[in-house]
Amino acid sequence: MKSTLLHQARLKQQIWLDMLFRGLTRLSAFGVLALLLAIIASLVMGSMPAIEAFGFHFLVNDEWNPVTDEYGALVPIVGTLVTSGIALLIAIPVSFGIAIFLTELSPRVLRRPLGIAIELLAGIPSIIYGMWGLFVFAPLFADHFEPWINDHIGTLPMLGPFFAGPPMGIGILTAGIILAIMVIPFIASVMRDVFEVVPPMLKESAYGVGATTWEVVMKIVLPFTRIGVVGGIMLGLGRALGETMAVTFVIGNAHELSKSLLMPGNSISSALANEFTEAVGELYTSALIELGLILFFITFVVLSLARLMLHKLGKGEGQTT
Amino acid sequence: MSKLNRILSGLGLSLTLLGASVAHAGNITGAGATFPYPVYAKWAEAYKNNTGVGMNYQSIGSGGGIKQIKAKTVDFGATDAPMNANELGMLGLTQFPTVIGGVVPVINVEGVSPGQLKLSSNTLVDIFMGKITKWNDPKIAADNNGLNLPDQAITVVHRADGSGTTHIFTSYLAAVSTAWMREVGADKAVKWPAGTGGKGNEGVASYVQRIKGAIGYVEYAYALQNNMSYAQLKNRDGHFVSPTSESFKAAAGNAKWKASEGFAEILVNQPGADSWPIAGATFILVYKNQDNADTAAEVLKFFDWAYSQGDKMASDLHYVPLPANVTAMIRKSWKEQITDGHGKAIWK
Repeated sequence: MKSTLLHQARLKQQIWLDMLFRGLTRLSAFGVLALLLAIIASLVMGSMPAIEAFGFHFLVNDEWNPVTDEYGALVPIVGTLVTSGIALLIAIPVSFGIAIFLTELSPRVLRRPLGIAIELLAGIPSIIYGMWGLFVFAPLFADHFEPWINDHIGTLPMLGPFFAGPPMGIGILTAGIILAIMVIPFIASVMRDVFEVVPPMLKESAYGVGATTWEVVMKIVLPFTRIGVVGGIMLGLGRALGETMAVTFVIGNAHELSKSLLMPGNSISSALANEFTEAVGELYTSALIELGLILFFITFVVLSLARLMLHKLGKGEGQTT
Repeated sequence: MSKLNRILSGLGLSLTLLGASVAHAGNITGAGATFPYPVYAKWAEAYKNNTGVGMNYQSIGSGGGIKQIKAKTVDFGATDAPMNANELGMLGLTQFPTVIGGVVPVINVEGVSPGQLKLSSNTLVDIFMGKITKWNDPKIAADNNGLNLPDQAITVVHRADGSGTTHIFTSYLAAVSTAWMREVGADKAVKWPAGTGGKGNEGVASYVQRIKGAIGYVEYAYALQNNMSYAQLKNRDGHFVSPTSESFKAAAGNAKWKASEGFAEILVNQPGADSWPIAGATFILVYKNQDNADTAAEVLKFFDWAYSQGDKMASDLHYVPLPANVTAMIRKSWKEQITDGHGKAIWK
């Protein structure tokens, strides 16, 4: 009798603890949601003066003049998108190569040390990349690569204007390359992880019917893992879009729309990092906050697109072609 | 149990420490400009050793300093760009300068050693306008007989962040060129017609040192510390001068400071044969009508001490101390302008 009572009391306690635990987890989950909404609300509220003053013209105006209090976001938006684009253009093939090498081709003894080295690359703080970019990479780039680019690509009829300009070593292209180095570890380690989960039986069957490594990768590994691969790329893109310190160091920080990738430009995050502390006046501060809101929106759209793509990919799976 | 004990005793200790620091009410706080931070920190340390009163200064930028004094979270604000008499009147603030710093054009041109290059004001304006694009331009060569200038593109380097240094530099360009005044203007951040931006003095310094054919502007102290190649400038009286403590002092001595306008004077294009044309003071903001007379008196005591004892410390850090006649004017303005709740002067 006594033991059942004790048992019941314990049960009651357990149920109570369970409920408490459920409540806590729910609170955490909804807390994040509330925080997200609060951040959006405060960004919108902070940027109201700029939205009222400039409207949608803000998005296409390339003027940024604190003296006359006229602001437009075109230069930083373009800078953010172009640098991230360059980063992905370089990072995707390289990461793909790294992941294929590590999972398919590398001798077994090398896999672990190489894999760890790549993951360590992801752990380096971004300011270190920025300093390395400015003090080591930019001079090398200016002295050895940019003159070559000027002479060989800058003179081409169509591409030329995009690669002409004084060899300064800093600018949009440099920022893109530094970003590529920064996102490679993210994309590569995700790709490697998903390539590793491809069932060996599938690959072995393909090899068995005489497929080459290239064919196995393109026809077995990649189709099997495309969701993970796209996810990894989006993770990299997310990092590239929001990266601040490293970009600020090497992008050149000029509010100027230039056709050439060798010229300095500006990104949303570096404009914020540079100008927020000394921005006085309501409109100036508000224009900067609106820049933040735009970055938030861009990242949101990118992630939504990624989800949508993954969703579509997922639907197509399992059907015969 | 012993662990708990330890935690509790630790907590008790930190509480007593907290209590001690609260009880010590003499401490004063300020926030603002980054440019004078090294000298304020040095003064604060020496002042604490002398008097036991601490001064806590947060170098969060001039904009932040103005916001903090408006919110009354600090006892004084600090700004590099002076507020004008109108703004001061509206907020009920008074303003006074502390130290002077010079802004120096720095260059990276092959075959030109420090101080060799001479620039007139028009040439400097045209370079920063992007109108002169080569170092061997005849306009530059005209002032530099015998100097072998290379056929090299000029890269203009400016500050990417808002800064008092930019305010002083653009004020100079606007003072000597109506075109600059009209098209660009003078502010802590402007729409630069040409060039690339570095973050902070150190950012500009490193860009200029790295990019061949670059020209930029930095605080004098940065140019010295980084051993940078500077240019001579033609001043208002038509003499070419080098940036030195003496030429900054000459500029300060010839300025017409007015207490009624919050000493809002930017020392650009000042008369005098030896005056360096680009210099500026950094300023302190305090309320005219003080709720807490004791703290206000401590703030004024601190700066009074700094004016009388802090000159050497300032010079060691390559700032230029204010001339004695100016500090006398400042003390007089304290007496006239800063009062407690009953309208009685705090500074005697």
